[in-house]
Amino acid sequence: MGEITQYSYFPGCTLKTKARDLDRYARSCAAKLGAELVEPEMWQCCGGVYPLGSDEIGNKLSSVRALNDAKEHGLELVTVCSACYHVIKRVNDDMANVPDIQTRANNYAQFDEPYKGETKVLHYLELLRDRIGFDKVKEAVTKPLTGKKIGAYYGCLLLRPSKILQFDDPENPSIMEDFISAIGATPVRYQMRNECCGGYRSMENRALSDKLVGKIFTDAKNAGCEELITACPLCWYNLNQYQGPDKLPVRYMTEVLAEALDLLEAKPDPAELDGVSCACMHEAGKEA
Amino acid sequence: MQRIGVFVCHCGTNIAATVDVSKVAEAAKHEPGVVYAVDYTYMCSENGQNLIAQAIKDYGLTAIVVCSCSPRMHEATFRAVAEKAGINPFMVEIANIREQCSWVHKDMEEGTPKAITLMKTAVAKVNLDSPLQEGESTVTKRALVIGGGIAGIQTALDIADAGYKVDIVEKLPSIGGRMSQLDKTFPTLDCSSCILTPRMTEVNQNPNIRIFTYSEVTDVSGFVGNFTVQITKHSRSVRAEDCTGCGICTSKCPSRKTPNEFNRGLDTRPAIYIPFAQAIPNVPVIDKEHCIHFKTGKCGICSKVCPSHAVDYELKDEIIEEKYGAIVVATGFDMIDLHKFGELGYGVSKDVVSSIELERLMNAAGPTSGHLERMSDHKQPKEMVFIQCVGSRCAPDDRRGKTYCSKICCMYTAKQAILIKDHYPDTNIHVFYIDVRTPGKNFDEFYRRAVEQYGVDYIKGNVGKVTPLPNGKLHVHGVDLLDQKDVEIDADMVVLAGAIEPNPDIRKLATMLTLSIDNNNFLNEAHAKLRPVEAATAGVFMSGVVQGPKDIPETVAQAGAAAIKVVGLLAKDKLKTNPCIAEPDELYCNGCSVCANVCPYGAITYVDKEIRDHGLRETRRIASVNSALCKGCGACSVACPSGAMNLKGFTNRQIMAEVDTVCQ
Repeated sequence: MGEITQYSYFPGCTLKTKARDLDRYARSCAAKLGAELVEPEMWQCCGGVYPLGSDEIGNKLSSVRALNDAKEHGLELVTVCSACYHVIKRVNDDMANVPDIQTRANNYAQFDEPYKGETKVLHYLELLRDRIGFDKVKEAVTKPLTGKKIGAYYGCLLLRPSKILQFDDPENPSIMEDFISAIGATPVRYQMRNECCGGYRSMENRALSDKLVGKIFTDAKNAGCEELITACPLCWYNLNQYQGPDKLPVRYMTEVLAEALDLLEAKPDPAELDGVSCACMHEAGKEA
Repeated sequence: MQRIGVFVCHCGTNIAATVDVSKVAEAAKHEPGVVYAVDYTYMCSENGQNLIAQAIKDYGLTAIVVCSCSPRMHEATFRAVAEKAGINPFMVEIANIREQCSWVHKDMEEGTPKAITLMKTAVAKVNLDSPLQEGESTVTKRALVIGGGIAGIQTALDIADAGYKVDIVEKLPSIGGRMSQLDKTFPTLDCSSCILTPRMTEVNQNPNIRIFTYSEVTDVSGFVGNFTVQITKHSRSVRAEDCTGCGICTSKCPSRKTPNEFNRGLDTRPAIYIPFAQAIPNVPVIDKEHCIHFKTGKCGICSKVCPSHAVDYELKDEIIEEKYGAIVVATGFDMIDLHKFGELGYGVSKDVVSSIELERLMNAAGPTSGHLERMSDHKQPKEMVFIQCVGSRCAPDDRRGKTYCSKICCMYTAKQAILIKDHYPDTNIHVFYIDVRTPGKNFDEFYRRAVEQYGVDYIKGNVGKVTPLPNGKLHVHGVDLLDQKDVEIDADMVVLAGAIEPNPDIRKLATMLTLSIDNNNFLNEAHAKLRPVEAATAGVFMSGVVQGPKDIPETVAQAGAAAIKVVGLLAKDKLKTNPCIAEPDELYCNGCSVCANVCPYGAITYVDKEIRDHGLRETRRIASVNSALCKGCGACSVACPSGAMNLKGFTNRQIMAEVDTVCQ
C-alpha cells in the first residue's frame, strides 16, 4: 500500500475489554491500508463523558496528556471509539479556545512546553476518508460485501455538538454510508441513524434505552437494512442488549472492514474479557 | 480672496442649548476671508433664508458657511438660497454643529469650542472652493424590466400606461413567475392564475411592451439615462412567428420523463413543452438537454408533426443590444433546497412536500388535477402536519438556513390549512410554529379563522424528526413548548414551509449593474427608509422579493413605486449630473491603474494623451474619468499614489486645509 504513515492511536478502555473487535480490527485494517497506529505509553481513560462543568479540569487531564503526547511525537491522534473521539476533541477545543482551561490544565500538567490544542484529532472514519482515502480502501478490498444492505448507525457522540466536532452534517451525515459503499456493500439510509440510543442512561433505566433502540431498529428494518454498523461501544452495547421486535445484527464498523479486507479472525474466548475493564461498562455487563 | 459670510443657526435650543452661538459668530469674524458673521434662531426658515440672501447682496459675499444641522438636511436649501442670490451653489459649506456636536455634548463648555473648530474648518475649506457647474446628459426613453413575475409585469404595465416603452426580459420560456404556480391567494382566497392571467395578457397586448422570454441579460454598460444592455435570446428551436401554439408537438414527443419544473418535479413533461396552459407566449420550447434529436440526432417527430413547420433544430441563440434609460430588477425568489433538512424527511419520503409543491397538489392544473393526495400511494391524507420556519429565522452560524423571517409562510400555511379543511373537512391539521406573524390587512382575522372556525391545531414548537413508518405513515416527533411535552403524530403528509431566497442569478446581475447586495443576496436600497425602490446605482430600481421577502399586495405596491420612479426619470429630457466628481491632474498621473481598480462604478478608463511637461513632449497613458458614471465617492483620490486624482469640491488641498485647522 505504499508508504507507511504513523498515527498516535488512543484505543480507550472499552476497546481493551468489551470492544476488542473494534480495537484489533482497527489495527489490522489500518496496517493493511498503510497506516501504523502507535499506542502511546501510559494512556489513561478519557473519562467516557465530557465534563460539562466549566471549572472542571481534573476529568480533562487524561485527554490533555494523550493530546500532548501526540504533539510531542509530531503525530495526529486517531481514535475509533465515538466516546473517546467526542471527549478528546472537545477537550482539545477547550485547550485551543478556552484560556482559563488552557492555563489551569497546563499549570497542572507542567509539560515541557504548554499544550494549546495543536494536535489534530481524527476519527478512524476520517483517517479512512481523508488520510488513506475511500478510493484506496476500495482498491484494497479483496472480499467486497456485495449486495449486503448495511445501515450506518451514527448515534449522537460522533456528530454533536457539530460546531466543535465538525465530523459531519449532524442531521444528514454521510461518511459512514460512503464507507459502506467503499467496502462494496449497499448503504441504506434511514431517518433514525443519528438518534440517541439512550447512552449511559441504560445503566439505570433499561426500559428507556430499549424504547429508543426499538425505534431505531424499526426504522432501519423498515428502510431495508439487513444489519447495522457502529463505531461506538456504548451504542453497540445498547443495541445488542435490545431483545424486542425488528432487532437486526449489529457489528463494529472495523469488523465489517476487516471482513472486506479478508482479515477476520476467530472470536476470542469470552473469558478473556474479564481482564482490565472500564468500570461502567463492566458493571453494565454484569447487570445485563 | 473670498468674501465669506458665516451664518450660525440656533436650531431653537437644539444647538443654542449647548453651543454659545454668539461666541461662534464672534469667533468667525476673526477668520481669514470672513467679512460678515451672524447668528439666528432658525436659519432654514424663510426669514433666515432672507437674511442670508440679503447679506450676500449687502456685503458682496462670494462664499458662505452655514453652521447648522447635517448637510443631509439642508445643504440643498442653502445652496438654492445662494444660487438665487447670485453666487455659485457650490460655494456653500455646511458646518454641522448639531448632530455630532450640540446633540452629543452636555454643556457649552464642551459644545462651544468644538462648534468653533467645526466653523473654522468649513471656512478653511470654503476659502479654497471654486464654482462648479452641473453637467447634462440625455435620457433614452425606454425602460428595461428584468424578470417577468408579478413584480416585473406590474412595473412594466405601469410604465407602459404612462406612455413609455418598456421591455421585459424573462429567463424562463413564459412570463408569470412564482404567482402562476400558486393555487389561491391569502387572505381573500382568489384564485392566483385568475387574477394573474389578465395581467399577463395585458402585458402581451400592450403596444408599449416587448417581452423577451427564454432570454437573459448578459452585459450592461452605460449609466443612468443611457444604459446599453446585451440580451441573449436562447433558441427555442421553434419559430415563434410560425407557431400557432396548437400543442401537437408536445403531445407527440416520445421523450416524456423530464421532471416538470412548473409542477416542482411532481410529474414529468415532454422534451418539447409549453410550461403551463396560460403561458405567454404560447410557444413551445425544446429542452435540448433531454430532446432525443439533440442528444442522438434521431427522432425529429415534433418537426414532422408540426402543421405549420415551425420546429427548426438549427435555430441559434440570438444576441441583441438595446439602449435603456432605466432598469428595474425584479428577479424574484425561490424556496431554498429542503434536502438539507434530512431530519424532516424531505427527499426521504414522497409524502414530505414543500409548501409550493402543495400549491401544485391543490391546483386544478397540477399533477393531481387539484385532488389532494399523497404522492406515494395517491391516497387522500387524513392527518397532516405543517412545519413552519424551515430554514427561516435560523441562528447566524447555521449553515442550512437563513437568519431572516420569510414573511409569507405564516399566511400561506393558514391559507393552505383553511382550503384543505374546506375541501376535506375530516382532515386533521397540525401546524408547528415558532411565532405566528400576521401583520397585514385582514391577516390576523384570517389566521384566527383557521384556528377558531376550522379547528386547525396550532402547536408552538418545533419538529425534530420525521420518520417513515412501515404502514406508510410518517412519524412526526416534535415538542409542544407551551405544554412542555413531546408531541408524536403519525401523519399521512408533512408540509414544510421552507424559507424563500432571492433568485441566485441576482449575483451575476448585481455585478453587471454594480448593485450592492446583502449577506442573503437581497438587493440593498439606496436608503432603507427614504429610497426603498432605488438601487445604489442611479437609474436602477428594484421591485418584488429581490429587495426582501414580501407577499403579492406588497410586491404589486412596490412595483408601482418602482414604475413611478422610472417614469419620473424617463420624463426628463436631460439629467443634471453631479459636478463633484473625480478629476485627474494629467501632469501627475502615471497611468498606474490603481484608481480604476478601486472605482466601484467602472468610471475610470485610460487614454493615451500627449503631455507637455517642463519642455518635454511625450505621449502618456493617463486616467480619464467618465463624468456620467462617476459618483464622486472619492475612492480613487484616496488610492492614487501620486496625488493626481482630485475630487472636485473635495480636493486634496481642501481636505488638508480642514485637517490643518482641526489640528491647530
